[in-house]
Amino acid sequence: MVTLQDLKRISDYEWEIPQSFRPDMRVPVRLFATRRMLEDVMKDKSLDQAVNATTLPGLVGHVIVMPDMHQGYGFPIGGVAATRLPDGVISPGGIGYDINCGVRLLGSQIRFEAARPHLDDLATALNHYCPSGVGGGGAVHTTEAELIAVCRQGSRWALKQGFASEADLRRTEESGCVEGADPDKVSVRARQRGRPQLGSLGAGNHFIEIDLVEQVFDPQAAAIMGLEEGTLAVQIHCGSRGFGHQICTDYVEEFQAAVHRYGIHLVDRELVCAPLNSPEGQDYLAAMRCAANYAFANRQILAHNARKAFEQVLAGKVKDWHLHQVYDICHNMGKIETHVINGERMQVCVHRKGATRAFGPGAPELPEEYRPIGQPVLVPGSMGTASWVLVGTAASMELSFGSTCHGSGRLMSRHEAKRNVRGEKLRQDLESKGIHIRAGSMAGLAEEAPQAYKDVDQVVGAVVGGGIARKVARLHPLAVIKG
Amino acid sequence: MQPKIGFREHAHTADWELEVWAPDLPALLEEAARGMYAISGVQLEPGVAQDRTITLQSADAESLLVRFLSELLWLEQDRQLAFDHFSIIMDDDYNLNAELRGSIIAKMDKEIKAVTYHNLAVQSSPDGLRVNIVFDV
Repeated sequence: MVTLQDLKRISDYEWEIPQSFRPDMRVPVRLFATRRMLEDVMKDKSLDQAVNATTLPGLVGHVIVMPDMHQGYGFPIGGVAATRLPDGVISPGGIGYDINCGVRLLGSQIRFEAARPHLDDLATALNHYCPSGVGGGGAVHTTEAELIAVCRQGSRWALKQGFASEADLRRTEESGCVEGADPDKVSVRARQRGRPQLGSLGAGNHFIEIDLVEQVFDPQAAAIMGLEEGTLAVQIHCGSRGFGHQICTDYVEEFQAAVHRYGIHLVDRELVCAPLNSPEGQDYLAAMRCAANYAFANRQILAHNARKAFEQVLAGKVKDWHLHQVYDICHNMGKIETHVINGERMQVCVHRKGATRAFGPGAPELPEEYRPIGQPVLVPGSMGTASWVLVGTAASMELSFGSTCHGSGRLMSRHEAKRNVRGEKLRQDLESKGIHIRAGSMAGLAEEAPQAYKDVDQVVGAVVGGGIARKVARLHPLAVIKG
Repeated sequence: MQPKIGFREHAHTADWELEVWAPDLPALLEEAARGMYAISGVQLEPGVAQDRTITLQSADAESLLVRFLSELLWLEQDRQLAFDHFSIIMDDDYNLNAELRGSIIAKMDKEIKAVTYHNLAVQSSPDGLRVNIVFDV
């Protein structure tokens, strides 16, 4: 078990668990956190899980953990690990069941004061247009042929259906479509689960939130993103729904036998993996990319419906009710990227599980307008607390495989949150602060209470202090829609 | 004294962890299913009973447990079915045949994304078998 004494201080914001900590570690662990945050980190098993992740074959550099880390299954949430091509491994558990869970941010020219009388109606309209809840169906019911097109084309499919603009796609990671998706590698069950759920939010920690752009820290970057103090913005947080869950379930099961075939010893069976150049590894990559594209299309449809909600409520009441895309990011993905590791430029598979890609200025993967400032990074807080817009830095490319944090990170178990917080009381407290709530379940609301999460300002302070992101703007919540 | 069969939830930062114990593997599978439904808040629609049969072959007890619960999750989420009567037969090679009776789900509070293999180990105890299962939620 990792203790505080096992951590070597690199700087005020960076710590290391050396490779000598356990004989089966292939690389060290690097974590981004302040000394004060480490007390909370030690309360769960996230660092032990990070140490377990270092045993995977083909790892390079370090296994990285972000300050929003918390205990997951196999890998910790907030973990980043890179394996070399061609023979390093890919691990479905290192990406997670909700493949391409991510966040989309829409900006606007709508002034808060003008929108204030209509916020309750906006929350109701968003709740109406954007289906949510346990097992809920989606806004779009697809045929088998349409689902296959979604798998291959992602947001490009949504564009053809009239749910997107070219600007939306340009401002989406991978332009909303990861190449190399193969629907033949997706099970019948996954396709059955995916067909009725496209265009739905789901439940749990997924949400749509109307925010106020409260404070701008980098006026140049904010101007390029179209974010202005005093205006409204909308965040959409969701993923690939049952489609992605089933794909991950299928491959975690299939890989149980693959590890024996390839002689891979595991310290935890949830870390199952296969070499990237093996048929099993290639099949999973192709299926995972289908789920990634499904999730891009899913958030795109939700964005389209959020625009409809804004138009219904605000048309004729404010001058310009349009919501423009700032960016859409993934935080559960495995991606083939080129990085410089120990002075050597190499292709690696970067596993990000609860971590965001944060490429620095000049990265060719970014749309032209963002190349001078770096990739926008969207860090939602917990319900009732701030969220952040950051940008990636040159240092993030050197220190963290171009990655940074993804949220505030859980602190309290769902069980404990429900024991300590009553959903109805929480709703009243948030409403009294001017935050409009629409929630499918009061128990579900209690599980996501702000006190169940870490302080997002501290998380952002740690990644900014560590040099792997830069502040652009802080958002304040005005309305939250949860399944 | 603790009953010979049962389940209880343990604190887990982000997901759900369920401890299950029973005298033998078929009973452990049944109790794990009951526990999974309980933590999801599944309530059955009274009325017409629905029967299903699940047959599985696995390499070990842990795989059998994950696959059995994953089958139930599939039926829950794709067919909106859950079960409250189980007749489970298995042999020493982990070949399972489960006859299930239940009905359409009337209400469910929480969705489980998946049954994980995280630190999964079916362990023998003086009273039978015991396991901790982590569910991704």
